[in-house]
Amino acid sequence: MTAVTLPETPRIGYRPLALAVIWLLLLAAPYWMPFIGGYTALGTRILVFGLAAMSLNFLLGFTGVLSFGHAAYFGLGAYGTGLALKFLAPSTPLALLLGVLLGAVAGALLGALIVRRRGVYFAMVTIAFGQVFYFIAFRWHDVTGGDDGLRGFQRQPLHLGFTTIDILGNATAFYYFVLFCFALAVALMAFLLRSPFGHTLLAIRENERRARFLGIPIELHIWLAFVVSCAFIALAGGLDALLNNFANPRELHYSQSGEIVIMAVLGGMRSFWGPLLGAAVFISLEDYLSASAERWSVQIFNWPGHTLDWMFWIGLLFVIVVLLFPRGLLGVLQRGKT
Amino acid sequence: MSVLEVKNVTKSFGSLVAVREVSIAVERGELRAVIGPNGAGKTTFFNLISGFFPPTAGSIIFDGTDVTSLAPHRRVRLGMARTFQITEIFPELTVAENVRISAEVAAGYRLRPWLGRAEAARVQGRVDALLSLAGLAGKGDRLVGELAHGDQRAAEIAMALALEPRLLLLDEPTAGMGEQETYEIAQLIRRLHRDSKLTIVLIEHDMRVVFHLADRITVLDQGRLLAEGTPDAIAANEAVQSAYLGKAA
Repeated sequence: MTAVTLPETPRIGYRPLALAVIWLLLLAAPYWMPFIGGYTALGTRILVFGLAAMSLNFLLGFTGVLSFGHAAYFGLGAYGTGLALKFLAPSTPLALLLGVLLGAVAGALLGALIVRRRGVYFAMVTIAFGQVFYFIAFRWHDVTGGDDGLRGFQRQPLHLGFTTIDILGNATAFYYFVLFCFALAVALMAFLLRSPFGHTLLAIRENERRARFLGIPIELHIWLAFVVSCAFIALAGGLDALLNNFANPRELHYSQSGEIVIMAVLGGMRSFWGPLLGAAVFISLEDYLSASAERWSVQIFNWPGHTLDWMFWIGLLFVIVVLLFPRGLLGVLQRGKT
Repeated sequence: MSVLEVKNVTKSFGSLVAVREVSIAVERGELRAVIGPNGAGKTTFFNLISGFFPPTAGSIIFDGTDVTSLAPHRRVRLGMARTFQITEIFPELTVAENVRISAEVAAGYRLRPWLGRAEAARVQGRVDALLSLAGLAGKGDRLVGELAHGDQRAAEIAMALALEPRLLLLDEPTAGMGEQETYEIAQLIRRLHRDSKLTIVLIEHDMRVVFHLADRITVLDQGRLLAEGTPDAIAANEAVQSAYLGKAA
């Protein structure tokens, strides 16, 4: 490590061994997941929501600002990507780029109105603006497909000049495409967090008053962090639209925002990789429990439940983690090692 | 020439007048102590100078620039740095990180997404120099929130110094400290004043520190300027004696 590197203490992202394990697990996922009951599309979903939760955590964990409306920018990325594929051009990278642009521009405009708020007020205003986009997607039937969602587009093969990769029919190829985008985004976030700009965000998180009296214009820096975070979560949304060949208005709803916040906090919002772990646990439990929740709730509580009961188990896990392990699941793993 | 000129500033909060028509002028290289009984308006006065809030009336000139209505971060950029009565640091970052953030901001790098090798080395050199100046060499990798109170205060002063200020405002730098810690901080302030020729304004309760360090002393009482002069003149001033004795009685 060079002199530039901050001697970080609790962040796993800077430990080479842990880093190698994470990337190996992600690279090999399509090959080991089936052995523990998973499947490739589930791995892709984990990457998508892992990226979403890590993007949110760029704000929550590293700038100290809670946005409760980030699903809106996830959704804008999804709709932007879907609409671009449907009406503009049959190019997957271009569609993703436009989705990211839509999320970032919306984040830049609304962020400018939000950044003067703090704490609960910040969270409330982000919810309110998020719901505006939800209702636009829900009501503007001609363009967005309304409550039926946006259909009629498909992810397109990747033309690399020397070869063409079919990411539509080949789930494993699509997984690696998503992993590539994920790696790019995550590397960029890590790079930013270790830069002087990233340091000012940590400063704002740690002590806003001190940061102000170091000469940092707080509002400008929170706004920049907000836009960066919106751009990355829009990328996650775009990938989600490609995964499903479908964009769902519920993806913009504040309950979706809440789920992304839960993933980040569950995994550990003070660590760089925590939110990915949180997303993996959340998405896997959702997938596994929505299949078996009915059986469980009848057996254990004699409830004639329905599939939504998986939220009960996630909620229970969330409460336990928040009460007992304030540094999240990753915090537990790290403590176990030291 | 004065580095800091405060002209007739008044600050009222509703019907309470915390500072009433106070004027001071601090010369370059001077170490000025501001003293006064509790509730005299010392911290309010400091907050006015550093831009925490604007004055109700009056003006503040810093190095020839009217900064009366300037935001705190703009004043910092002009060369005014401060520490707080209750230490304000980044507790979950290391001592070196605390100082580094400050040094990066001072170097104009705050929006930079990366640093070149030479730039990074320059920042690192600055951090190392400040840590040893503040007596924190060897403690750079410790979380600042876990340090002893005196070291935290030294770290805060190092952060302020990293801004390369032309005026350093210290709000009760020895508050809550024991004998040894007070002595060390006083020695640090003295070094900054004597060796680095820094202009310093400090609020201080410990009279030994004040009379040992200050070139001139400003006494506030109930928001008003009660007296100003050299330590000898202030020690002999009857109005000052009665303000302090009156409070003690």
